[in-house]
Amino acid sequence: MTGGAGAPAPPDVPTPHRGGRLGALAFNVRLLRTVGQVAAIGLLVALAAYLGDNYRANVSERNARTGWGFLNEPTGFNIAFDPQFSPGQPVKDALWVGIVNTAACAAVGIVIATIIGVVVGVVRLSNSWVARKASTLYVEVIRNVPVLLVILFLAAGLQTLPPIDDARSIGDVLVISNRAIAVMSPEAGDNFGLYLGVLALGVVAAVAVAAWRTRVSAATGAPDRRYLWAGGVVVAVAVAGYFLLGAPIVWSHPEVEGRGVVGGAILNIPYVAITLALAIYHGSHIAEIVRGSVQAVPHGQTEAATAIGLSEIQRLRFVILPQAFRIAVPPTINQYLSLVKNTSLGIAVAYSDVAALSFRLIGSSRAPALQMVALLMAIYLTFSLVISFVLNILNRRLQLVER
Amino acid sequence: MTVDVPGIPTTEEPLPLAEPVDPTRPEVHLTPRQWARRNLFPSWFASVLTVGIGLLLAYVLFRLAWFALVSSDWAIVRANLRLFMIGRFPLDEAWRLWAALYVVAGAIGLYSGAVVARAEHLAEAAGRPIERPGRASWVRRYWPALVCVAVILSQTRTWTPALLTLGAGAALAAARWLGLRLPGVANHMVVGVVITLILVYELVAGSSGGTWSVPDAVQLALIVGMLVASTRSLGRRPMRFVLIAVIAAGVLAVQVGTGEQGVGWDDWGGLQLTLFVTFAGIAFSFPLGVLVALGRRSSLPALRTISVGYIEAIRGVPLVALLFMGQYVIPLFFPNTVEPPSPLARALIAIVLFEAAYVAETVRGGLQSVPRGQREAAQAIGLSPWKVTRLIVLPQALRAVIPAMVGQFISLFKDTSLLQIIGFVELLEVAENASSQPDFLGQGLHTVTFAFVALIYWAGSYTMSRESRRIEGRLGLGERR
Repeated sequence: MTGGAGAPAPPDVPTPHRGGRLGALAFNVRLLRTVGQVAAIGLLVALAAYLGDNYRANVSERNARTGWGFLNEPTGFNIAFDPQFSPGQPVKDALWVGIVNTAACAAVGIVIATIIGVVVGVVRLSNSWVARKASTLYVEVIRNVPVLLVILFLAAGLQTLPPIDDARSIGDVLVISNRAIAVMSPEAGDNFGLYLGVLALGVVAAVAVAAWRTRVSAATGAPDRRYLWAGGVVVAVAVAGYFLLGAPIVWSHPEVEGRGVVGGAILNIPYVAITLALAIYHGSHIAEIVRGSVQAVPHGQTEAATAIGLSEIQRLRFVILPQAFRIAVPPTINQYLSLVKNTSLGIAVAYSDVAALSFRLIGSSRAPALQMVALLMAIYLTFSLVISFVLNILNRRLQLVER
Repeated sequence: MTVDVPGIPTTEEPLPLAEPVDPTRPEVHLTPRQWARRNLFPSWFASVLTVGIGLLLAYVLFRLAWFALVSSDWAIVRANLRLFMIGRFPLDEAWRLWAALYVVAGAIGLYSGAVVARAEHLAEAAGRPIERPGRASWVRRYWPALVCVAVILSQTRTWTPALLTLGAGAALAAARWLGLRLPGVANHMVVGVVITLILVYELVAGSSGGTWSVPDAVQLALIVGMLVASTRSLGRRPMRFVLIAVIAAGVLAVQVGTGEQGVGWDDWGGLQLTLFVTFAGIAFSFPLGVLVALGRRSSLPALRTISVGYIEAIRGVPLVALLFMGQYVIPLFFPNTVEPPSPLARALIAIVLFEAAYVAETVRGGLQSVPRGQREAAQAIGLSPWKVTRLIVLPQALRAVIPAMVGQFISLFKDTSLLQIIGFVELLEVAENASSQPDFLGQGLHTVTFAFVALIYWAGSYTMSRESRRIEGRLGLGERR
């Protein structure tokens, strides 16, 4: 519960008697409050009992499964784009695949949506008329169509890519087809474990260097340049380690093999469609948030910053954007949450996210509907709670502490 | 009250204030060259943006125009226009939809006119200036919807739909003319909306005709009851009873006249289904949401816990999951002696449950924005708790959240497209289906049908969001600076 202590309780004062003792009881506020609450809870319990009764009757009539044993029974189907998954694996494995897919889509979608949103939002405030109009066009068009339409449109567009038989390859770097897009990717080579250790040491060293620079800066007043120093240390260690350990990382090149692509980082088309569409859609919402937040910073701040002689960039960097960021965080968290929930639309483009797999399990009678839907809701609630928990910590640290 | 201060002459007259400075900037007339310099190339970075994005924009606009006017074949839309609009609604019964459209147009005209008239009345009484927008502002306000209607009508093969639509426009104008002369009607808007919705539903779905079933009787009783309650201010004047009798007779006439052959909602589709689900969703989720919001702000811990649990549980779950729950789980909760509700009814239950949680959160924001003093003042003059809420707190809270509520309903309008996933033939599904018809198979016509549907969704949402921004401006909400 945020804000507001709720309505103040009506004062518990003796009320004038009307019609003897029974009348007094009817006007006793404390009693009325108790009776009201007990009635509300009783109503709820009765409703639950009634529905539960019907449910049990229906289930026994249809011989449907009860309990959670279905989680350990075999799935009976293959999962597209997941060659490791076999139909003999239990339902819970399939759900785990779905959860991982949902997370992959949500995480990448959030990053791209944020980038799109910030860029477009800032461009909407630029002093170039053309740029302003173009970003307004993007925002007003995308924000006002259903997200499912964006997804289907993008999926239809991606289907026009060349089929897998004559997939287009750009050197060894990129393979494009309407089944999958693959990019060359780093892969573990010799001494990879050792190299990871070296990198970890590098990070530790970087942290130490940053702490040292902070101390120097505090002592002498010289600019600390922490990030430059720390970054430099990490890069130096990474490069030196790479050559000393003899190529611990090698490149894996994508190749078309039969009806699929092997090697490299493979992005299947349903994944690209749903992730990119969600990023485009929520990016337009985030752009609105960014614009609104910058405009919500009181105009006096701009004037004050100009008055003390800050340049345009300094004004944005030190005065406007920090305050705008603070305003933008709560609505942006809501956008992230709604993006996570919208990954459930993957079912429309045959992406195997957790919702799509659940519905497939229900449809093929491998899972009882009530348990499966309840589990699915619990999974999404967990996603939402984790995200809002993490981001709300960030938000609380950002907000001004007011007296 | 004046205070005697030595040295300063006491005066009853307030001291003259300085003329307020006009906060709007003086209008500056720029030559095109100056304008370009200021708006296109003010700095090197902006110039880069102008050129780069300008080229991109020109390319995109060119491709769009090429797509819309040259490359794409709109025959698929023309051949399927009826599917897009009304799904598989039988053609013989299409008159029902037109009749419903006329009823809706009349109601919108009447109430918009009455609301304007009442506002002018109040302004006149308060001595404020009345501003009447000219005709051009109508086009400016509703151009997205007008463009959309024009595009749809341009795809018809006969003139009848265009003429009937123009007729509906004329009906709207006539009803508005009437409404402008009946400002009192605006006080009973809820009654009017309920009557209109029931009439529209009966016109389309038909009622039990001669046999006269229980739902018909309930609807009629609801309408008469609301009329009696809302015309209380007229007292015992005969006009009141004449009015009630005329409206009740009209409803009864529709109930008997539309007969049993109406088209049940399982046969609805296309844009009609989309609009129906949107309006039904609003009509049911709004009262439920307000109740839950009041529950969340209640001082009774049990009520509060139930409301918070409901809101948070629903808001953490995607609508698709609830829709699937509606299709697979809700039937299991009905006693096996009765027929479970139809798929559309189940989908509606899911949508209403979902939307109500969001409405509740919006209304809660409004409730929190009402100053505590309002409630205390109302309690001080001896209003009962229920009256404090109904007469003092809720009106202010709801007024404050009108724009947010419109936003919520826009997203409901867009979310109805998710019905496509659970197999309803709504607008998006028609677009998906049309391109797999034998005549159009494998020609990549998805883009055409999707673009057409996107235009409809866009026009609806964009018009609503512009209106909500206008309301926001008029209510003086959201003004920060």
